[in-house]
Amino acid sequence: MILQTIMFYLFAGVAIASGVMVVSAKNPVHSVLFLILAFFNSAGLFVLLGAEFLAMILVIVYVGAVAVLFLFVVMMLDIDFAELRSGFMRYLPIGALIGFILLGELGFVFFHWIIAPSVAGLKAAPLPADMAAMSNTRALGDLLYTRYLFAFQVAGLILLIAMVGAIVLTLRQRVGVRRQRIPEQLARSRAEAITVVKVPLGGGAAETGD
Amino acid sequence: MALLALLVVFVPLLAAAVAGFCGRTIGDRAAQLITCGALVASMVLGILLFRAILAQSGAQVVPIANWITAGGVDVDWSLRLDTLSGVMILVVTIVSAMVHVYSVGYMAHDPGIPRFMSYLSLFTFFMLMLVTANNFVQLFFGWEGVGLCSYLLIGFWYDRASADAAAIKAFIVNRVGDFGFALGIFAVFVIFGSLDFDTVFGKAPAAVNTVLNFLGWRVPALSLACILLFVGAMGKSAQIGLHTWLPDAMEGPTPVSALIHAATMVTAGVYMVVRLSPMFEYAPAALVVVGVIGGTTAIFAASIGMAQNDIKRVIAYSTCSQLGYMFIAAGVSAYSAAMFHLFTHAFFKGLLFLSAGSVIHAMSGEQDMRRMGGLWKKIPMTYAVMLIGSLSLAGIPFFSGYYSKDTILNAAWASGTAVGRYSYSLGVFAAFMTAFYAWRLLIMTFHGKSRADDETLHHVHESPWVMLVPLFVLAAGAAFAGYLGKDYFVGADSAAFWHHAILVLPGHDSIAAGEQLTGIIQFLPLIAGLLGIATAYVFYSIDPAIPARLSLQYRAIYLFLLNKWYFDELYDRLFVRTAFTLGDGLWKTGDGSIIDGCGPDFVASTTRELAREASRMQTGYVYHYAFAMLIGVVALVTWFLLPR
Amino acid sequence: MAIGLSHYLAVAAILFTLGVFGIFLNRKNVIIIMMSIELMLLAVNINFVAFSVVLHDLAGQVFAMFVLTVAAAEAAIGLAILVVYFRNRGSIEVEDIHMMRG
Repeated sequence: MILQTIMFYLFAGVAIASGVMVVSAKNPVHSVLFLILAFFNSAGLFVLLGAEFLAMILVIVYVGAVAVLFLFVVMMLDIDFAELRSGFMRYLPIGALIGFILLGELGFVFFHWIIAPSVAGLKAAPLPADMAAMSNTRALGDLLYTRYLFAFQVAGLILLIAMVGAIVLTLRQRVGVRRQRIPEQLARSRAEAITVVKVPLGGGAAETGD
Repeated sequence: MALLALLVVFVPLLAAAVAGFCGRTIGDRAAQLITCGALVASMVLGILLFRAILAQSGAQVVPIANWITAGGVDVDWSLRLDTLSGVMILVVTIVSAMVHVYSVGYMAHDPGIPRFMSYLSLFTFFMLMLVTANNFVQLFFGWEGVGLCSYLLIGFWYDRASADAAAIKAFIVNRVGDFGFALGIFAVFVIFGSLDFDTVFGKAPAAVNTVLNFLGWRVPALSLACILLFVGAMGKSAQIGLHTWLPDAMEGPTPVSALIHAATMVTAGVYMVVRLSPMFEYAPAALVVVGVIGGTTAIFAASIGMAQNDIKRVIAYSTCSQLGYMFIAAGVSAYSAAMFHLFTHAFFKGLLFLSAGSVIHAMSGEQDMRRMGGLWKKIPMTYAVMLIGSLSLAGIPFFSGYYSKDTILNAAWASGTAVGRYSYSLGVFAAFMTAFYAWRLLIMTFHGKSRADDETLHHVHESPWVMLVPLFVLAAGAAFAGYLGKDYFVGADSAAFWHHAILVLPGHDSIAAGEQLTGIIQFLPLIAGLLGIATAYVFYSIDPAIPARLSLQYRAIYLFLLNKWYFDELYDRLFVRTAFTLGDGLWKTGDGSIIDGCGPDFVASTTRELAREASRMQTGYVYHYAFAMLIGVVALVTWFLLPR
Repeated sequence: MAIGLSHYLAVAAILFTLGVFGIFLNRKNVIIIMMSIELMLLAVNINFVAFSVVLHDLAGQVFAMFVLTVAAAEAAIGLAILVVYFRNRGSIEVEDIHMMRG
């Protein structure tokens, strides 16, 4: 029990500290790395909660794909180290005020959260009867491919569209690169390819210069 | 007789409609023939009608149609035929017919002949409706109608800016009088509950002591009503205060001046006061006002007439002055004398105007007397008729003006009242001035050496017969109407003649008192007239240098008279400028700054400002937008959390 | 003290606020904004999973998975846009991106 508490505070603390550093690091590459750290610690929190599948997915997808993508872009774009501009201070008071109000309200709500007794009957996806026997992964899989199949397929479509969109946005046609144009090659006819020239004895063929 | 009356009144309207609407189709000659024919027919029928009226006893009413029945107001279209309206019908139709015929010659070269003849006939119709009215509203209808026709005719040559201005001036000044008139009609309705003449006249004696609340004061009701009605008469008859339109009305063609501003429209005010004598007799305060205004106007206008140089203006001021005489008579309850003078004045003033038109026609449009002179040999017939008219105007015995003017002044003195004595004194001075300016006009125009240029002098010719015949007819009237009509109008036969058309209370009979005057008093007007003629002769024939010397010596007085006692300048400063300033202020400040500024302009500019402010939020920075969203979210959450 | 629901929720709340701060307080470049969005999504995921465990309702975790999917797609597209923008403009400084100014 005590271990869990310590781990919780560890994970939570580091996650929050990383979050702060994401926002305020000078070097954007450092920001991305801190983001990765925040993800890892959140994964740890998920494991503590008992949602180990989600934790692993977080690491694989978020860290492995998204954060790496961020890193790629940050390093690809030639970004200078930006100094903190003076304008930062202008918004700080009001920003801080708004932020603290938000935090306060969220805290107010969360610390007084009472779960209604009738909630038990309202579950959208009740735990299966033999929960102890199966893993989190198995339970999620059971749900995903039966009840939420449609949403699952749509999610797949979204990813497809995102992929296509990203390619469409960033693909550049290189000008002047010669490539094979297979359909044209296949569609060539004899008339275009060959010219028969009658050459007199002793004389040469005229130059066409093509 | 009913048919006769209807024909007399409506035939001119028919002619006006035909000439007005079809004038362009039927052509100038046809329009002239139709209108002149209609008016001459109306004149002949009018004379027959007059004889028929004399034959009957009492007033006859010819109903035409019901007009208004609303609440307590019950008004009919109808014609009232008694001696008073008969005399007026006679005057109007005769003078109008003569003017129509004269206009055929005078306006022969004008491009708008059908329009002119149509307006003249239309005017005649309205005037006849006025004089045959049997209730206040029809009287007002005719009143407004003649005002309209006056405007149309003064501004007949509408491409002249001065004519347009004069027409508007006439209309507006008349309007001021009409405002008083309308108030008077309202007062009559409030007092008597009816607008019908017979009803009102019947109830008048009983209403002597009624009192009205007027602007917080308690005033005698009948006097108030009569004074208000007289304000209308002041406007129409160009009495002092509301006279400024009459001289400027000379912008219209001369036949117009003769018909409207000498014989008929301006006498409508006098007619109204005489018609309402059953009311005025019981309103002594009103009679005092009438008499004072009349006397003052008589001398005021005569004094200005002495200094004018335009031939038509002299005669215009003469008209104004003679109308003052008629009101002097009305003021001392000598209504029949007022009507007598109206009758004779129509003839000799109409004659004077038309012959002045003949002179202008002969002088190729010249109207300034300083450029005339020595014309009596060249246009003898015009000179002869003008002489007859001037003799009548100056009140020389045997000519018609003498009888009527003398009766008035004798009655004024004999009435014994302060007003009567005041009017008499002013009237005698005015008689001197009248004779003076009449002879001044004659001598400057016809005698002495010619001051015109050779070109004009070469073209001087007598007028054509179509213009001379009306002159002769009117001259006959100017010469004989007085002598022939005296007994009927004011003499022994007057009671039978008028037959209750006019009411004179027993204590007020000043004419009868005037007949019994003895001593030099009864000859004073004649002496004044002869003195005037003599003075004019001295000033302009014997020693022509005198007027120039006097005008230099008494320059201030001369300028005062020449500039019409500066009334126009006074009114301009008091009313016209104020009205323009008010209008300007209301327009630029009231409408422009306040109404527009708080309304459309304000809305438009505020919308623009708000849009500009709102567009400042579109900075283009995404994080600003995110910030805005966040603030919105926080606000909403706070709002939802607060009640808990 | 036993770690209960509120602890996890508190962590999520703090992470969310940090993400929000990151969006409008950053003066460096636009990528920071995208990373802050990822932080916010992470916080939301923690919320989902925490509730799912407490309520014994697996729907929370399923939804968290979908959130993950969409976040990945969105990150890909967002970065693609950023790359194209950088190619055209040559800069991803926050101060310079105001073409939509009204």
